[in-house]
Amino acid sequence: MNLRRLWAVMQKELRQLRRDRITLAMIVGIPVMQLVLFGYAINLNLRGLSAAIVDQADTAGSRALVMDMLATGVIVPTRGARSPQELMDQLRRGAISVGVVVPRDFERRRADGREAIEVLVDGSDTVVQGAAVQLAQMPLDYSASLANATGAREVTPQQIHVVAFYNPDRRSAVNIVPGLIGVILTMTMVLFTGVAIVRERERGNMELLIATPISRSELMVGKVLPYAAIGLVQTTVILLLGLLLFRVPVRGSVFDVYLAAVLLILANLTLGLLISTKARSQFQAMQMTFFVFLPSILLSGFMFPFAGMPRVIQWVAELLPLTHFLRLIRGVMLRGAGLWELWPDVLALLAFTAVMMTAAILRFRKRLD
Amino acid sequence: MSDSAIRARGLTKRFGALVAVDHVDLDVPRANVYGFLGPNGSGKTTTIRMLCGLLAPSEGEIEVLGLRIPAEAEALRRRIGYMTQKFSLFDDLSVRENLEFLAEVQGVPRDKTRSRIDELVQRYHFEDREDQLAGTMSGGQRQRLALAGAVVHEPELLFLDEPTSAVDPESRREFWERLFDLADAGTTLLVSTHYMDEAERCHRLAILDHGALVADGTPADLTGALAGRTLAVHAAEPRRAHHQLVQVPGVLSVAQIGNTLRVLTTGDGDAAAQVRAALNNASLQAQVEPVEPNLEDVFVSATRGRTAPQEQAA
Repeated sequence: MNLRRLWAVMQKELRQLRRDRITLAMIVGIPVMQLVLFGYAINLNLRGLSAAIVDQADTAGSRALVMDMLATGVIVPTRGARSPQELMDQLRRGAISVGVVVPRDFERRRADGREAIEVLVDGSDTVVQGAAVQLAQMPLDYSASLANATGAREVTPQQIHVVAFYNPDRRSAVNIVPGLIGVILTMTMVLFTGVAIVRERERGNMELLIATPISRSELMVGKVLPYAAIGLVQTTVILLLGLLLFRVPVRGSVFDVYLAAVLLILANLTLGLLISTKARSQFQAMQMTFFVFLPSILLSGFMFPFAGMPRVIQWVAELLPLTHFLRLIRGVMLRGAGLWELWPDVLALLAFTAVMMTAAILRFRKRLD
Repeated sequence: MSDSAIRARGLTKRFGALVAVDHVDLDVPRANVYGFLGPNGSGKTTTIRMLCGLLAPSEGEIEVLGLRIPAEAEALRRRIGYMTQKFSLFDDLSVRENLEFLAEVQGVPRDKTRSRIDELVQRYHFEDREDQLAGTMSGGQRQRLALAGAVVHEPELLFLDEPTSAVDPESRREFWERLFDLADAGTTLLVSTHYMDEAERCHRLAILDHGALVADGTPADLTGALAGRTLAVHAAEPRRAHHQLVQVPGVLSVAQIGNTLRVLTTGDGDAAAQVRAALNNASLQAQVEPVEPNLEDVFVSATRGRTAPQEQAA
């Protein structure tokens, strides 16, 4: 890789971009518009939330109550936990969405009619939060079967205390804004690179470029890096507007937020490059972008909760960079997790980038046939 | 080092069932302006792309500047310039920005980049429009800029694919002056064209038709070979005479130029006598005299001689 040629390509790209007023306007316009539009989101019922349960009472009554909660199907135990602290830890890392704590004095609280159970919810996803609230309000069979046998009073919904972490007011903006960073980066980054290379082919510049000593990787990397910078500008716009308009906090480190953004940007840029090696016209590049963009929005967990999807669809969603980014950004911005705590998703994004870049460079030929 | 800048043997390119270039042999001497003459679709662009290493030949061997193509195409790219048929510099960059980009990409030494671009700006007359965007310039200016861009790294060999197809006659003449300057400085130029007057200016040329090389040599050699086969017919009724003459055996083509008919014959027997006899039989009054053959005659005789048997077979 020759740095001078790489810089020449980047400089050319930036100069062209500077003269393209409409694209410049879109770089800021798209995030601003979407941020305002997605102010409110759709909530859905869902089942199968991953959960961990700490039963500190361990009485016949508490065990029966836990069984009843599981029987609703809203939560599925995926992890074991011994203490509420461990539960909290798993919640922050995103390993579970719901934690149930049955305190030691469960039986006494139940008898007194005080709050007897605590349901800890990952409130960074409003849909999960909504589901947990519903769970608390479901008539549990336990009430009927055990109450009569032991003469104890039934557990009323008022005795189940739902604690939503990370987004106590249940404001959907808090949930939407971090995701919106991912959605906007997915749309603009894939599209910009896809179109940028196809445009050169359409205008005939490519025939000139491939007749020069520029290498494939110099051309690809040189075209991609300026757009990576644009992606970071967009991230900043969304973060600032999110803070100003919707008071969306950044609980983790800002550095981690940008690092996560860079990971998604790279994944999307390389996808855009791959598209550009296949598309014959800018129109085709746009169509292919939307072929990826729509599933990203629908399946990643941005609009509809990941936990509610059939297993096969979840597998598909795991292939989308946005799915992994959403887990990272919600973890960092809302739950204050460190990026390293969410390493499987970091790894997934890096792997996606490596595969796409390799495929793009292999597919791009310095020939016309 | 061979004394040919380009040497090709049996060069063939197929696109599916279409044979775009059909077993072409080429020898292009150094420091020459070598012309590719042929109508659209005759395989000029495809041949040039194969010689640059942009297209892989289906068959045949290519050696350019002593390098085997396409295997050593990367090494060749530093030593050639290529001016595409369609303007391929960046419309949204200025004259200087385009040249800077090419200089950097072509590896012009850092300390020489500025002086080299200044030199090109002056030589190609862009002094007062260095900051103008390429997309806003006229056809002639753009061709000049494309040429300046193609030679920014002082290549040994320059490919120009129909460089003047979108340019007015004044700019064309000016453009050719620049080409001869380059040849004079030792650059080998391969220029494709469909203009006869441009082909006539080349040191040597090859005539392509339907992908095949049908004639090559210096313009003088090519026209000289047709001596005695071209006639001028001054007829009182040129349209009637035209109709008569195309039916005479041995007449390859008849072209009307003003009131004169230019007749190209196969050269079998006394062409002038046959033409006179045919005109007399039709009781047409006309004067027949031999004229100097030109490249158009060369082109017609080369291509007619080839396509006629095919048409009969079909």
